[in-house]
Amino acid sequence: MKREPEAPMSNNPQLDAEGQLRHLLTIEGLPAPILTQILDTADSFVSVTEREVKKVPLLRGKTVFNLFFEPSTRTRTTFEIAAKRLSADVINLNVSTSSQTKGETLLDTVANLSAMHADMFVVRHAQSGAPHLIARHVAPEIHVINAGDGRHAHPTQALLDMYTIRHYKKDFRALRVAIVGDVLHSRVARSQIHALTTLGVPEVRVIAPGTLLPSQVEHLGVHVYHDMAQGLKDVDVLLMLRLQNERMQGALLPSPQEYFKNYGLTPEKLALARPDAIVMHPGPMNRGVEIDSAVADGHQSVILPQVTFGIAVRMAVMSILAGN
Amino acid sequence: MQLPDAEATFRELAEKVRGAVTRETALVGIHTGGAWLAERLREDLGLSGPLGTLDVSFYRDDFDKIGLHRDVKRTAIPFDVAGRDILLVDDVLYTGRTIRAALNELFDYGRPARVRLAALIDRGGRELPIAAEFIGAEVALAPGQSVELLKDAKGKLSLQLHHD
Repeated sequence: MKREPEAPMSNNPQLDAEGQLRHLLTIEGLPAPILTQILDTADSFVSVTEREVKKVPLLRGKTVFNLFFEPSTRTRTTFEIAAKRLSADVINLNVSTSSQTKGETLLDTVANLSAMHADMFVVRHAQSGAPHLIARHVAPEIHVINAGDGRHAHPTQALLDMYTIRHYKKDFRALRVAIVGDVLHSRVARSQIHALTTLGVPEVRVIAPGTLLPSQVEHLGVHVYHDMAQGLKDVDVLLMLRLQNERMQGALLPSPQEYFKNYGLTPEKLALARPDAIVMHPGPMNRGVEIDSAVADGHQSVILPQVTFGIAVRMAVMSILAGN
Repeated sequence: MQLPDAEATFRELAEKVRGAVTRETALVGIHTGGAWLAERLREDLGLSGPLGTLDVSFYRDDFDKIGLHRDVKRTAIPFDVAGRDILLVDDVLYTGRTIRAALNELFDYGRPARVRLAALIDRGGRELPIAAEFIGAEVALAPGQSVELLKDAKGKLSLQLHHD
């Protein structure tokens, strides 16, 4: 693979010369008005998804490629539904099972798909930065959406989380939000932290054992807690993270049971947060590891609405990109 | 170019609409000016049928050229469109493309019995075979000009002329 010189920090590869969103690669560095525009547009798409004919003709004639180099059911499915509700044609490619095993490089795969007149790539890859690499090499009229890359970013997940928070809590500027669990391996957590601080949440906490926190995480503007009882006090929103068993290398944890005892969200621990606190989880959940079933299915859980809002948020991102 | 008085033009439009609508007629205003007018019509004519609003951003035919509108409003059709008599309301009728988009959006909610159109101002310049049943006033404008409906804090309507 050819190495390109890194773009300077001030040059955000996601934005065009007019500051309009051309690709969605990461939340980091995106100005608040763009995040708000996506949330507002998603609001209008929610009413579309509630009616009998759930399609609008915005992306008619456009082709969206779901390029998943790493397995995913929910994210791929919601992107597929979003594209179809915008009337785009959708091609799903699970690349781990196709040409990559025959030795084709990432950029060759993308070049071939571009030759098939792709208009948009939705990319998930185990390697951080893979969607950036693709975005740097596609033709100007092609748009790239990062659907999760390594430990780096998962911007549409963070946006749907922000949409859900705004839906239930209205104003970001009066909230205490706690991100709980395996921050170290989580691209979701990184994107959430950037989104929350950009949208003006005054207090973002992370709660995790030291072994599951990246070093210097406090430089992202978060308050670090190792104890649930302290960390959950007076919290309005709990963002639970999945314990990433498949990413665990070495002995970061004694056992899932031990983790549940200290950091699993039980009704007793949830009672320490504000009584109207909401509980969110990006899925898929490990019940009995990071979250107790009584909480996951309880009245403070908004985990299923998150999934529904995720479709509208992805419709908003796709239609804003396609129009820019 | 002298624009007519917006309030007088509205009264003109309301008189034409009165008698042509029934208690079952649903009023649907196109964001933003049309939504104000639909609400006023319903109130001033004492109608009791349902009220809806449309934002046609997802149905516009110039999406490929200018992209998505920055400030998309929420479409709200809180009634069953199927079999309904509908009066579509817009502030300024020009090329007819907005009405085409509105009809397409409306039909994604169901198959209405009838759709008629009321517009405060008809400025000519149609690019599609679309006409309004009810017009407040006809105003001849040059292609580089546009007219905007404004509403002040007390709800008083006014018209403003723009030059591109």
